[in-house]
Amino acid sequence: MQSNTRPVLPLIAKGLFVRRKGRVLLDVDSIAIDGSGTTVLVGPNGAGKSLLLKVLSGLRVPDKGQISWNGLAPDRQRYCRFGFVLQNPVMLRRSALSNVEYALRAVGHDKSEAKRRAPIVLEEAGLTSLASASARVLSGGEMQRLALARALAAGPDLLFLDEPTSSLDPASVLAIEAMVKNASRDGMRIVLIAHDLAQAKRVGDEIIFMHRGKIAENVPMEQFFKQPGTPEAEAFIAGKILVPKEQQ
Amino acid sequence: MQDFAASFLEAFQLVLGFNSGLLEIVWLSLKVSMTAVVVAAIIGLPIGAFLAVSRFPGRGIIIVTVTAMMGLPPVVVGLVVYLLLSNAGVLGPLQLLYTPTAMIIAQTILVVPIIAALARQTLEDLNVEYRDQLKLFGLGSFARLRTLLWEGRYSLMTTLLAGFGRAVAEVGAVIIVGGNINHVTRVMTTTIALETSKGNLALALGLGIVLVVIAFTINALAFLLRAAAERSAYV
Ligand SMILES: Nc1ncnc2c1ncn2[C@@H]1O[C@H](COP(=O)(O)OP(=O)(O)O)[C@@H](O)[C@H]1O
Ligand SMILES: [Mg+2]
Repeated sequence: MQSNTRPVLPLIAKGLFVRRKGRVLLDVDSIAIDGSGTTVLVGPNGAGKSLLLKVLSGLRVPDKGQISWNGLAPDRQRYCRFGFVLQNPVMLRRSALSNVEYALRAVGHDKSEAKRRAPIVLEEAGLTSLASASARVLSGGEMQRLALARALAAGPDLLFLDEPTSSLDPASVLAIEAMVKNASRDGMRIVLIAHDLAQAKRVGDEIIFMHRGKIAENVPMEQFFKQPGTPEAEAFIAGKILVPKEQQ
Repeated sequence: MQDFAASFLEAFQLVLGFNSGLLEIVWLSLKVSMTAVVVAAIIGLPIGAFLAVSRFPGRGIIIVTVTAMMGLPPVVVGLVVYLLLSNAGVLGPLQLLYTPTAMIIAQTILVVPIIAALARQTLEDLNVEYRDQLKLFGLGSFARLRTLLWEGRYSLMTTLLAGFGRAVAEVGAVIIVGGNINHVTRVMTTTIALETSKGNLALALGLGIVLVVIAFTINALAFLLRAAAERSAYV
């Protein structure tokens, strides 16, 4: 009974629609996330990638459409089985270690258990030396690693990451990707917004290409590069940036 | 000039000699204003917190009103509280007029908008930043608010200091509802007003010195709070 062990999967959404000031920001007929592996979400800036993940996670309510996690609308009780590393992770005004402890307590561990586990989580992320540093003054790479470690600490079944490596140095990128691949190998279902296609190839099993609020393609990684299904995807792969029509 | 110099000398002697009459007045001032700030915090913080995280029709108008009330003229507040507490007033039967309690009530009314408005701003800014992350932790609205209050603790403490500064320095409200009765409702500001008009400059100046020291202390504390906040990477 997979449904009992993974209460947030399958994630299924239908007819998602968001419009602001007459502009369609999101228009997705259907999307289903289940099974295992890593889905990479790509597309030009402003395509609606971040918005889609926020809607799927229940952080934003769409104008229209339904989202279900294992058959039921997202509810906060199940957030302990769902992780989301936001594009700009928010660290609480306390140490790196306390941030992890806080996250562990939030998903239901008692104080002593949180205190026992937090250093292990930091260790796994290679952040032990920064345990007592203020989380908000960490470098970009350290903070992303901490954010990822904090999300992984709860042991979610489904993990979203919004451009976790944009503006990081190559070593930090590798460290983050290694953590993601490990989690994926351990069976965590992952959806990651990638800001470059090389990363998509490195970590992804499946790719979703978004363009102007729509899912233009949702195919296995190999296929996307061998035979892109739309002119937009072809242009995107060729590195021709797609500027939204109204900005041309 | 000779007189002024002598008054100054006497004033310093009163302060440095811990003159009992002066201490009594200072102590009552602190007691009244601190109590007012505590009561105002109990009322104002929840109002500010509620306004910060809720969305309902009319919210904007309430926020503008509360913010505008930060500038309530103390004499007008004193007058209104006087009318409420006087024998003919709604609260007349409580017989509170010309008591320290009346002064606390008046100062509380002056300080509540300050605490509510500043706390609202602090907590709303924090909430914009933290909302998504705290939701992802699966926290209910009460637990989220508790985290916001803790994260904003330094700013909120500064808010309380601002409220205390306003309360301890105002004269208009307490003189009307307290009546400036010797040994009963005489606080620093009202005594300064009275003694100056009577020509007893020494006591007035002595209390003035204490009041200035208190004001400086409040600002120094606010500064230290900021420093502590920055040390904990609050910014
Ligand atoms: N709350 C919002 N209100 C108005 N516009 C928004 C909002 N959130 C996102 N947008 C707009 O929606 C579009 C998609 O944004 P986003 O999902 O962040 O794109 P990206 O694919 O780069 O992650 C952008 O044009 C952005 O300006
Ligand atoms: Mg984005």
